[in-house]
Amino acid sequence: MSKESAPHGGPPPMAQRTPWADGLFSVLAHGAAWLTLALLAGIIVSLVIGAFPAIEKYGLSFLWRSEWDPVNDEYGGLVMIYGTLMTSFIALLIAVPVSFGIALFLTELSPGWLKRPLGIAIELLAAVPSIVYGMWGLLVFSPILSTYVQQPLQSVFAGVPLLGSLVSGPPVGIGLLSAGIILAIMVIPFIASVMRDVFEVTPPMLKESAYALGSTTWEVVSKIVLPYTKSGVVGGIMLGLGRALGETMAVTFVIGNFNQLNSLSLFEAANSITSALANEFAEAGEGLHSASLIYLGLVLFFITFVVLSLSKLLLMQLKKGEGSRT
Amino acid sequence: MSSISIDGARLALHRKRKAVNAVALVLSLGAMVFGVFWLIWILFETVYLGVGGLALSVFTEMTPPPQAEVGGLANAIFGSAVMVTLATLVGTPIGIMAGIYLAEYGQKTWLGRITQFINDILLSAPSIVIGLFIYTVIVARFKSYSGWAGVLALALIVIPVVIRTTENMLSLIPNALREAAYALGTPKWKVIWSITLKAARAGVITGVLLALARIAGETAPLLFTALSNQFWTSDLREPMASLPVTIFKFAMSPYENWQKLAWAGVFLITMGVLALNILARVLFRNKH
Repeated sequence: MSKESAPHGGPPPMAQRTPWADGLFSVLAHGAAWLTLALLAGIIVSLVIGAFPAIEKYGLSFLWRSEWDPVNDEYGGLVMIYGTLMTSFIALLIAVPVSFGIALFLTELSPGWLKRPLGIAIELLAAVPSIVYGMWGLLVFSPILSTYVQQPLQSVFAGVPLLGSLVSGPPVGIGLLSAGIILAIMVIPFIASVMRDVFEVTPPMLKESAYALGSTTWEVVSKIVLPYTKSGVVGGIMLGLGRALGETMAVTFVIGNFNQLNSLSLFEAANSITSALANEFAEAGEGLHSASLIYLGLVLFFITFVVLSLSKLLLMQLKKGEGSRT
Repeated sequence: MSSISIDGARLALHRKRKAVNAVALVLSLGAMVFGVFWLIWILFETVYLGVGGLALSVFTEMTPPPQAEVGGLANAIFGSAVMVTLATLVGTPIGIMAGIYLAEYGQKTWLGRITQFINDILLSAPSIVIGLFIYTVIVARFKSYSGWAGVLALALIVIPVVIRTTENMLSLIPNALREAAYALGTPKWKVIWSITLKAARAGVITGVLLALARIAGETAPLLFTALSNQFWTSDLREPMASLPVTIFKFAMSPYENWQKLAWAGVFLITMGVLALNILARVLFRNKH
């Protein structure tokens, strides 16, 4: 402030020059936040409107009708919903233990100089675009899976009641199993990095006390770290599940895009919500076909919304506990 | 007598605990190797097969018909560059403003809390649903697939990423900095614009780069918004080719020349995305 203006005691010159700027800036910031909320509402409303012909015709029975027949204009989502849930389930089955191992390694075992490069490597795995996984899965991975995993499994389990039917079907490397494996590779980095982050919030005091009492590393992790970070770990798994459910390209390449539900087999080609959308939507005519596809999209959005909300709530719970318990 | 047997039991327990520990640690090491193994394998195949398909014609020729002798990805690369740039330009200001709201205005308000919650969900929402949304709102209304629809779909993916990083970075700025500026009589917008946002600049730019990397490889939201185009177009009112959609089409085909181009495209995208990620990390590390 200059010497002349000080005696008059006027407001700071900056505020005088642009009295409207503060208000405008605040309006812009608020507007952007409202826009985010409007976006979510817009997605839900537009999907409901787009799916309305199908909702009107089938109601909720769409969820357990299994025929999908564009020629006769009959639609039901069971095959795709099953495909989506089954591939995500396989993915979690593989990804959860592996991610846990990785997080354990990064927080408790890894020498200091390795922590950062390995952490970055895992995060880069998360950054690779899904189309790369898909194409690699189709052209590189599935032939290998077919020759070295599926065919031996079939010859071993042929005739065994349940396992035999799980591994029946053409061992071509395309289907539920390979889609599940590719999804697992894709979600491992997401789950592993959340688990690593929540493991690191465990107060060192707790861990050191346990070590001082003679616990082994495994005992510290399983009896101290894991109970302390339980909700965060489940939140991380839910986050991975949300990713797996909504993943499009990686699944579309390797699932085979075939609407069937006649066998339990994991080797059989199948279809998921996302791959049905990716393959059929651009060609679907106006009317019931595209409305049914949008209905599928709405179902997918609903499932992921619930899963991701749970994940977020669980992670928030851990954060709250962090304040009170340390 | 009895003390010996107790010692024996203790020793057995001790041995068992050590064995369990060793097994767990070996499994953990195995998991780490397993994770890194896929990264190396995927990168190796991408480089190995991608470099094989790479040639000058990839950058100069248009996407070819099946089984043609020559051809490249020029129109797809151009389309991707245009759409990704415009989407970043559209999404970044909105994301930054909403991030500013969350960190500077709405920290304890209900709107702030809800926005934060919703944003975290949008961050992981299936990108194909974003494509469906733009389809029903824009494509179905104007009765044509267009580059603009693709731009908007990608912009909607940029926004949550930028909001998240902007908010995180602004929250890291010490309050003393804000208070010092207020004490000098600076209006709030000026404090945010020239003090806190400036101090958080590196982090915010990191967020934008990460968002850029994310949408550069996105295929699903473009499938029924921008669609694809076999020819060069710079008119955003027409369907527009993009690298990921072209790769999708070519990789699923049985034609050898298409598959070869798809590998070249995958190589370009992977390298571009990884380079952006590493750049973002380096930039962020230098500042913090």
